[in-house]
Amino acid sequence: MKAIVNVFLKEGVLDPQGKAVNHALATLGFGDVKDVRVGKQIVLELTTTDKAKAEAEVKEMCETLLANTVIEDYNIEIA
Amino acid sequence: MKVAVLRFPGTNCEFDTRYAFEKLGHTAELVWHEDTTLPENIDLVVVPGGFSYGDYLRSGSIARFSPIMQAVKAYAQEGGKVLGICNGFQILTEAGLLPGALKRNNNLHFISKYQTLCVINNDNTFLNQCKKGEVLNIPIAHADGNYYIDEAELKELEENGQVLLRYSDAQGNPVVVNGSVTSIAGVCNKTKNVFGLMPHPERALEAILGSEDGIKMLKGFES
Repeated sequence: MKAIVNVFLKEGVLDPQGKAVNHALATLGFGDVKDVRVGKQIVLELTTTDKAKAEAEVKEMCETLLANTVIEDYNIEIA
Repeated sequence: MKVAVLRFPGTNCEFDTRYAFEKLGHTAELVWHEDTTLPENIDLVVVPGGFSYGDYLRSGSIARFSPIMQAVKAYAQEGGKVLGICNGFQILTEAGLLPGALKRNNNLHFISKYQTLCVINNDNTFLNQCKKGEVLNIPIAHADGNYYIDEAELKELEENGQVLLRYSDAQGNPVVVNGSVTSIAGVCNKTKNVFGLMPHPERALEAILGSEDGIKMLKGFES
């Protein structure tokens, strides 16, 4: 079983990397970009086949290590 | 005074930090991250600067789970004094020993230069040798020094006198250096025994090298 974790800076927390990418895109002529957020994706291979258990475990991983919830939000996809 | 200086894989300021305390006449001992206990009868734990675990995931996020950090947490909870410098500050925020978080500098640059700082509160061990409003010249060297804390917690910090230092001009007016909320360069916890700052006082010990303002900061721990 695979878990995909996406971590992003919270809404309202300025994302300097996103801002720089947004600026670069505008310079390149991509005028339709309103906002850019740069995050990270963490892909976990799990040994369990129990989806609920996987979800609970990955959530705990996010809370303790994968995200810093002071500044970051995360979402989890179990595939 | 007996000081324990922690060492993680990737730490690179441990020798400067030990030298600084030895220069001030104290003993300082390096402590490996796999150790589960701190040396006996210490007066201060310093989490020095560097790039622990290559800054993987987030600066300081892996180091905080080291065996020695469990001992540091217990030590701090009993009222022991802990100082985090640069990466050490990041580790202490990740460990929940200090409020807030440090994110990438606003301009995305690694900033390495002398920077003037304004002392905001001195009613604590760390800055008791400094005057309120005094301007200190201390080197900074970081990519992730952009201090973030939400408004409610910031208010609490200010009310409790937990804001220690702000980046400032030579007159003490706050300046934007890395995007930190209200230009914060250093904070302490509520009980004022855990301190963190991005600037490096251990690199400001000799006037001939640019500044000796770091001495009065580190000397604060003598009282």
